[in-house]
Amino acid sequence: MTFTIEPVERPDGVPAADLVRGDPARRVDGVGHELRAIGVLWRRELLRLARNRAQLALMLINPMLFLLVLGTGLDTMLAGTAGSADYRAYLFPGVLLMAVQLPALSAGMSIVRDREAGFLRGMLVAPVGRGTILVGACLGGATAAVVQGGLLLALAGFAGLSYQPVVLVLLLAVLALVAFTMTVLSALAAVLVRRPETFQTMLSIGAMPLFFLSGALFTVGTLPGWLRTITLANPLSYAVDALRRTAALAMPPERAPAALELAGWTPPILVELAAMLLVSVFALAVAVRRFARTG
Amino acid sequence: MTGPFAVRTRGLRRTYGGRAAVCDLDLTVPAGETFGFLGPNGAGKSTTIAMLCTLLRPTAGTAEVAGADVVRAPWLVRRRIGVVFQEPTVDRELTAEENLRLHAELYGMLRRDARVRSRQLLALFGLDRPRVPVGAFSGGMRRRLELARSLMHHPGVLFLDEPTVGLDPQSRAVVWDHLYGLRREQPITLFLTTHQLEEAEHCDRIVVLDHGRVVAQGTPQQLKAEVGADVVHLRTADDAGVAAALTESGLTAGHGPDGVRVVTADGAGLVPRLCAGLTTPVHSVTVTRPSLDDVFLHHTGRTIRDAGSAELSPAQGR
Repeated sequence: MTFTIEPVERPDGVPAADLVRGDPARRVDGVGHELRAIGVLWRRELLRLARNRAQLALMLINPMLFLLVLGTGLDTMLAGTAGSADYRAYLFPGVLLMAVQLPALSAGMSIVRDREAGFLRGMLVAPVGRGTILVGACLGGATAAVVQGGLLLALAGFAGLSYQPVVLVLLLAVLALVAFTMTVLSALAAVLVRRPETFQTMLSIGAMPLFFLSGALFTVGTLPGWLRTITLANPLSYAVDALRRTAALAMPPERAPAALELAGWTPPILVELAAMLLVSVFALAVAVRRFARTG
Repeated sequence: MTGPFAVRTRGLRRTYGGRAAVCDLDLTVPAGETFGFLGPNGAGKSTTIAMLCTLLRPTAGTAEVAGADVVRAPWLVRRRIGVVFQEPTVDRELTAEENLRLHAELYGMLRRDARVRSRQLLALFGLDRPRVPVGAFSGGMRRRLELARSLMHHPGVLFLDEPTVGLDPQSRAVVWDHLYGLRREQPITLFLTTHQLEEAEHCDRIVVLDHGRVVAQGTPQQLKAEVGADVVHLRTADDAGVAAALTESGLTAGHGPDGVRVVTADGAGLVPRLCAGLTTPVHSVTVTRPSLDDVFLHHTGRTIRDAGSAELSPAQGR
């Protein structure tokens, strides 16, 4: 059996279509291609966020409730007993964490959902690296989370912070790293846990304890030993601490809350940030490895 | 078989926990052919497609698709093939054009080319609906969008896993009109799986798959000719006389209360000769051809619908 291939003339000098390989259309190759793929997946997450403004607003309710109601309530109660009345200022970094936590963790949910809906299969059959797909999704999720955190940052004045542009930018930067770390962890969980029901349960059961045990609500130093040990083992504690110490830059020094202590040692903020970066790189590497496994 | 081929597998096999889903598959699909993979649910069609599309690693054997090896050069294969999966893979929250443009970015197309191509395809497939998210599309429109998307990057081989499953007959016909149009206008190999006999009729060549093995292959006509002959059914003024006359002229004919039955290899070709040769008035003629269901029955001992439902029944427990 033989085949004659009609050469297809094209005006722009691109070679004719090939019967086996298809049309060798002009393409971007190599790293540029992977970066563009990351870009488009990132944009997809943001488009979804922009089209889902109702959800955006709903996700802000809980952190606002904590700051405005719990914060104010405990503030007045503590003011009645002891002298220091800055509970809202103390709580604020924790509330920021809360604001990024929900959208960051739902990035994993979006991977699980994409798998269920089949969208992931469409991406897996495209000529892009497995890592690219995960990195794009994580960056998109983290950006969405930072947008949420940024909106809450507008309430800084309510928590007694002065609006210093440098501090706000620093806070956003730290928030971005925190959000990225949490997104990567949720993506790792999404790659390991494939059933949406299981993942949903994990999220709803895990989110609260992680938040309570992060030093977001109370000073770690004065906690009883067992509670302090658990809190210090929670990676989120260092995220909260890093945020709190960054926020303290916008407060008079005498009002700044105490930093976290690890067996009498106060880890420098850069060490905390580096640790978070390390955790996210490691988690991302594991997630990509698992994700790349075909069948 | 010489000439360029789009797909070639040798001893391709995939096992799940000791059970072979696909067993020693040897396929050669010449470039430009519309090739159908016919079999009931669970016959191994989707597993084979997943291996050919580099989504699943073969347990053994080799497969070359669009001029590249699926295990050694999966990125080349991915670049050169288009895939329409059984389940939808478009993003329901994005518009049709956004979906196509996202796809183009994943395939590294230049933005200018992507813009032109997506406009062409949206117009061609009747999907020009700006600002409407795909979630609001009908099932038929979404399927057409899947098809348009898989063609964005000018693939040489297009895989279609049950391309019209779940569609109403009208939308199904529209999808097939597009596939025919596609074949006319550009050189492309279509590799499709189906458990619908009507759909297999559209193919140049089909392979019948059952329990992960090839049980028959050929053109639909060849396969049908292998399993049986056509039956020409006549209603005439004098059935007994006609039957006797035809038997005398060397044909296999008989008659009953429902008319004259003539069994022959080529029914359609016989009709003009029959009518010209008969002096008795003929009231009606029908030609019944063997169906692909007869083909399937012949090779597996079951009809394809039985096989499909047996596969779905949990009591089967395999």
